[in-house]
Amino acid sequence: MDSDLSPQDKKDLDKFIKFFALKTVQVIVQARLGEKISTCSSSSPTGSDWFNLAIKDIPEVTHEAKKALAGQLPGIGRSMCVEISLKTSEGDSMELETWCLEMNEKCDKDIKVSYTVYNRLSLLLKSLLAITRVTPAYKLSRKQGHDYVILYRIYFGDVQLTGLGEGFQTVRVGIVGTPIGTITLSCAYRTNLALMSSRAPGEDEGGTYAGIEDSQEVCTTSFSTSPPSQLYSSRLSYQTPGLGTVDVCHPTACTAAAHPHQMVVPGKEGGVPQVPAQPTHGTAAEHGRIPSCPTGQSPQPAPPTSCSSEVKTVSPSDALETTFTRKVGAFVNKATTQNFQQPLLQSSVSHDASDNNVTTTSLDLPFAAFAPRAYDLEENDPMVHPPPSPAPSSPLQGSLHSNSSTHSVGQPQDDFVMVDFKPAFSKDDLLPMDLGTFYREFQNPPQLASLSIDVSAQSMAEDLDSLPEKLAIYEKNIDEFDAFVDTLQ
Amino acid sequence: MNCRSEVLEVSVEGRQVDEAMLALLHTILLHRSTGKFHYKKEGTYSIGTVGTQDVDCDFIDFTFVRVSSDELDRVIRKAVAEFKDALGNSGSDGMGQISLEFYQKKKSRWPFSDECIPWEVWSIKVNVVNLANEQERQICREKVGEKLGEKVINIVEVINRHEYLPKMPTQSEVDNVFDTSLKDVQPYLYKITFQITDSLGTSVSTTMRRLIKDTLAL
Repeated sequence: MDSDLSPQDKKDLDKFIKFFALKTVQVIVQARLGEKISTCSSSSPTGSDWFNLAIKDIPEVTHEAKKALAGQLPGIGRSMCVEISLKTSEGDSMELETWCLEMNEKCDKDIKVSYTVYNRLSLLLKSLLAITRVTPAYKLSRKQGHDYVILYRIYFGDVQLTGLGEGFQTVRVGIVGTPIGTITLSCAYRTNLALMSSRAPGEDEGGTYAGIEDSQEVCTTSFSTSPPSQLYSSRLSYQTPGLGTVDVCHPTACTAAAHPHQMVVPGKEGGVPQVPAQPTHGTAAEHGRIPSCPTGQSPQPAPPTSCSSEVKTVSPSDALETTFTRKVGAFVNKATTQNFQQPLLQSSVSHDASDNNVTTTSLDLPFAAFAPRAYDLEENDPMVHPPPSPAPSSPLQGSLHSNSSTHSVGQPQDDFVMVDFKPAFSKDDLLPMDLGTFYREFQNPPQLASLSIDVSAQSMAEDLDSLPEKLAIYEKNIDEFDAFVDTLQ
Repeated sequence: MNCRSEVLEVSVEGRQVDEAMLALLHTILLHRSTGKFHYKKEGTYSIGTVGTQDVDCDFIDFTFVRVSSDELDRVIRKAVAEFKDALGNSGSDGMGQISLEFYQKKKSRWPFSDECIPWEVWSIKVNVVNLANEQERQICREKVGEKLGEKVINIVEVINRHEYLPKMPTQSEVDNVFDTSLKDVQPYLYKITFQITDSLGTSVSTTMRRLIKDTLAL
C-alpha cells in the first residue's frame, strides 16, 4: 500500500492528517466557547495558515490535542474523538456530543496528495465550521455561564458513544479519500436534552434518576474506560474563581465570563466586571435587595448573592468614591422636624448625639424600644451630604444615620451602596420612618429573649428547679390574678 | 458536463426571508470560495487565507458561518434584498425561488460571446407564511432555525460528495473559473437569479430578473 505512495507524498500526507486533526479540535472547541468567532481573510498568504483557513490556535487546546495523540496519528482503528459535555453548577455533568475523526480502509490510490487531498481537507474544515453551529450543543454553549459550563475532552482510540443516551443522532460532516484510507469526520449528538432538568447524565428520559453520587460515579466510569492517554477535562469558561487556567489562554473566554450576573470575587484575574458603585442605580427593585444583606455583620468584600450585580465594588478604595443620593418617591412628605436618637446598636460610634432630643421610645410606636434605628432630618442625611471620611467600622445601617457631616457614621460597607428609598405615597406623619426603612428594620428583628440561645442552653433541670420559686411568687400574688380574671368577665 | 442541481425548500415568515436566504447562500459560498490566488513565475500559485465569522440571526434561532469578506456580504445582501422586494411586490401568495449558479466561462471566437456553462446550481424555494400572533412567531423562530440547520447539513452532504469541480486554472484562465473582483476572497464564478411564482403556481413569471456577477457584464 504505502509503496505506491512516494516518500514525499507519505510525509506530506502524514503532516496534513496531523494538522487536520489539530485544526479540527480547535474548530470544535472554539465553537463551544460560547461566543461568536471571527477571523480575517488575508489575500497575501502568510504560509502559516493551514488549509488556507484562518483558524486561531488556542495553545491549551493544541497542547491537549497533542497530549491525547501522543505522537500518533488518527488512523485505521485509531480514532480521535472530542467529547463535549455540560456541567451544571451543582456538579452534575452530561455528555452532549462526540466528534469523531476516523479512518477506514477504503483507499483512493489515484488521488493527488499535495493538491486534491489538501483542498478536500480544507473543504472538510469549512464544513466542520458550518456544522458545529448547527448541532444542539451550540445553542447550549452560547448560553453557558452562570448555571452550567461546557467542557471538552480529547481522547484517542476507540469511540465511546454510550454517554450520549438513547436515541442519539449522527451527522456526517464529510469524508476525504486518501491513498492510505478514507478520513471521515462525524458527530454523534444527544437528542434528549430534557435530561438537564433531572440532572441524570447518561440516562434517557424515563430511565432511572441518578443521584448526585451516582451520577458522579457514572461519569467516572465512562472516563475510566478511556484509552491510554490521560483523562483531561478542562473548562472552556470559568464560573468560580480558581479554575482560571483556560481563561488565561483565551481572552474570549474571559470576556464571556464577565457576564453581569455572574458571581465574581473581586480581584479574580481575567474579566472581573469593574463596576464602580453606582448609587444612582437606586431603583426600587434594587433597593429591595439591599435590606436582605446581613445586618450587624462586619463588612465583607464579597457581597452575598442577593446583593449582586449592580452593587458590586471592586476594592475598598472605591468606597470613598461613592456618593449618595436620596431618591424621593412621588407624593412623599419630607421628614418632620423630629430628631431621633442614634440607633441603639451604634454604641461604638460617638456622635453629637446630644443634639437629638427625642428618642424613639417616646414615639407611639409599638416595640419602639426595639427599633434599631433612628432617623434623621434631611440636612443630616448622609444620602444628601456624603460623609467625608469613613467612620470606624459599624454595621451597615449606620451609613443612613450620620448625625453630622463631620462624622461619618459607619464606614459604608465597601461593597454596598446605601440608597435611601422612599416609596411613593408614603407619608412621614407619626414617625419620620418611611415604609422602606421600617420594613428593613423589622425584617431582622432581634431575637426574642426567650428564644435566644443562652436561654435554651439552660438545662431542663434548672428550669424545674426554679419552678417552685415561681409558684411561690404566683401564690403570693393570687389576689391580683383573681382581680384580673374578674375584669375579663 | 452535466450540471449538478440541488433544491432546498424553506417556509419562513416575512421578516425571516432575508436571514434565511443569507444563511443558506453564505453557507454555500463558504464552501465555494478560496483565498486569492497569487501566481508565481513557474506557473505555480499560492493561495490566500480565508477568514470566517459567525453571524447570529435576529429573527431566527440560528447562527451561520460566512467568509470574512464584507464585499461579498454586501453583494449577497443586495441580491437577497431585491428578491425580498420582488416577493413583497409580486402580489403572489409569497412563493419564490432564488438560485445560486456556479458556472465556467468558455471563450468563444468572435463574434460569439463567451459561453457561461453552469456546473452547479442551488435553488432555494421560499414559501412565505403569515403568522397571527407572537406565540406563533416564537415557535416559528425555533422551527425555522432547526430547518435551516437541516438545510446546512444537506448542503454539506452534497458538497462533500466531491463531485465535479472546475480544474484549477492557469493564470490566464483564472477569470473563467473564479470571480477575481473581490479583494480578500475568491469565489467560483457565480450568479444569483430569482423567480417569483405567481399565484397560479407557474415557475416563470414576468418579474424574472438577473444579477450578473462575472466581469463581462454585457
